[in-house]
Amino acid sequence: MSNQTTLLLSPSPHMHSGKTTQLAMWGVCASLLPVLGTAVYLFGTYVLILTLVTCIGAVLAEAASLALRKRPWTGEVSSLVTGLILALTLPPHAPLWVGFVGGVIAIVLGKQVYGGTGANPFNPAAVGRVFLLVSFPAQLTMWTAPFDGVSTATPLGGAEASLWTLTVGTHGGSMGETSAIAILCGAVILFAMRLIDWQAPVGTVLGTALIALLVGEDPVYHVLTGGLLFGAVYMATDWVTSPVTKRGRFIFGLGIGVLTMVIRVWGSYPEGVSFAILLMNALTPLINRAELSLREKRRKAYVRATS
Amino acid sequence: MKELILLFIGSALVNNFLLARFLGICSFLGVTSQLRAAVSMGVAVTGVMFGASTVSWLLYAYVLDPLGLQYLQYVVFILVIASMVQALEQVIKARMPGLYRAFGIYLPLITTNCAILGVALLVVQNEYNLLSSIVFALGGGAGFTLAMAMMAGLREEFRPREIPHAFRGTGIGLVTAGIMSLAFLAFSGMIPM
Repeated sequence: MSNQTTLLLSPSPHMHSGKTTQLAMWGVCASLLPVLGTAVYLFGTYVLILTLVTCIGAVLAEAASLALRKRPWTGEVSSLVTGLILALTLPPHAPLWVGFVGGVIAIVLGKQVYGGTGANPFNPAAVGRVFLLVSFPAQLTMWTAPFDGVSTATPLGGAEASLWTLTVGTHGGSMGETSAIAILCGAVILFAMRLIDWQAPVGTVLGTALIALLVGEDPVYHVLTGGLLFGAVYMATDWVTSPVTKRGRFIFGLGIGVLTMVIRVWGSYPEGVSFAILLMNALTPLINRAELSLREKRRKAYVRATS
Repeated sequence: MKELILLFIGSALVNNFLLARFLGICSFLGVTSQLRAAVSMGVAVTGVMFGASTVSWLLYAYVLDPLGLQYLQYVVFILVIASMVQALEQVIKARMPGLYRAFGIYLPLITTNCAILGVALLVVQNEYNLLSSIVFALGGGAGFTLAMAMMAGLREEFRPREIPHAFRGTGIGLVTAGIMSLAFLAFSGMIPM
C-alpha cells in the first residue's frame, strides 16, 4: 500500500441528507391527497377529471419545453405538483380546457421561460391561476354548492356560512380550498416530513387576522374563507419563490396576509390570495437583499467588537 | 387630507405608471439590471415628475389658460421637462460620475419618458389644484420607483445561462413585466380616479 491518500476536494455543502428534490416533490403530492380526497367527496368525480387534465397540461408543457430546449427530462414531479396545486384552486365545475390552458401557462410562462425548476421568480401555480382569473373571469367564478352541484355564491361573495361549515368545507368555493381540516391535515404531513417550516403560513394567517381586526371584521372568518389557508400552506411555502431566511419568510407571509385583506376589503376582486402571492414573490429578492445586508452589518459589528 | 392620501395611493399603486398605465416602459426595461441604478433612476424620475408637474401646472394656470393658449400645452410641457432633465444631467455628471455612467443614454432619455409628460398632462386633464398635483406626481414617482426596484431585484436573481436563448434580455424582462402587471391588477378599481 502506498502512503498516498486520495483527497476529494469539493465546495460546500458536504453532507447530504438523502432527500432529493424528486422525493420531496412526491412528499408534497402525498400531502395534497387529503385535500384532493375531500374535494372529490364534496364536489363529485368531475373534480378528479379536471385535476387530471390540469396535471396533463402541466406535465406535457414541461416535457415539450424541455424537449425544445434540449434539456434532460428531470422536473416531471415538480410540474405534477404545480398542476395539482393549480387544479385545486379552480372552481369545481370549471371547463376542462380551462384547467389544461392553466397548466400549460403555469409551466411555460411561470417556470420554463426562466430556465425551469428552481429558476422561477414567481410561483407557477399562482401565475396560472391569476392568468386564468384575468382571462376567463366567467369560467373562474362558476361556484357550485357541494354534493348537489347547484349554483351558489361563496362566503366571500356574500353567502352565509357558519364556522362549522367553513371548517369542514361544505360551502361553495374552489375545490381544494373549502375544507380547513383537509388543508391542516396536509400541513401536518408537510411538517412531519420537514418539507415546510411554520414562518410563511403562520405569517400569512397573522397578517390576515391583523388587518381583519383593524377594519373591524371577524378574523377567524377571513382566515377560513377563500383560498387563504390553501395558499398559506401550499403556495407561500414554495422553496424557490420565498425568501431564504426564516425571518424573511415570516415577513413574506405577513405581506401575503395583509395584501390579501387589502384586496378583499378595498379591491374589486372578492379574493386576492394568488395576487398577493405574486406581489410578494416580486418583493422576495428585495427581502433577501435587506436580510443579507443586515447580516453583513451584524457580522462587521461582531468582528469589530471581538477584535 | 384623506383625499390626498387616497390620491397618493391611487397614483402609486392602483394606476401605477409602469404597471397599469404602461408609461415609461423604456427605462423599466433599460435601467433595471442593477438595483442601485434602478432605484436612482426612480428617484431621478420622481424629482423630474415633481418639478415638471409643478412648473407645468403654474404655467398652465397662469399663462396658457388665461391667454387661451391651451393647445400649446404639449410644446410647453416638453420644453419644461427637457430643461429640467438638462439641469439634472449637469448635476449628476458633476456630483455622481459613477451613476452618470450607469444611467448612460437613459439619463437624457428621461426627457422622452412618457410617464413624466403623462403626469403633466393628467394633472391638467383631471383639473387638480396645485397641492393635489404635487401629491399626484410624488405618488406616481413612488410607484415608479417601487416597480423599478421590484423589477431590478427580480432581474438580479435571474440565471441568464439557463434562460432559453430567445428569451434572454428584453424577452424575459417583458414576460416578468407582464406577470407583475397581472399582479397589480389586484389593485384595480380600489380607488375611483
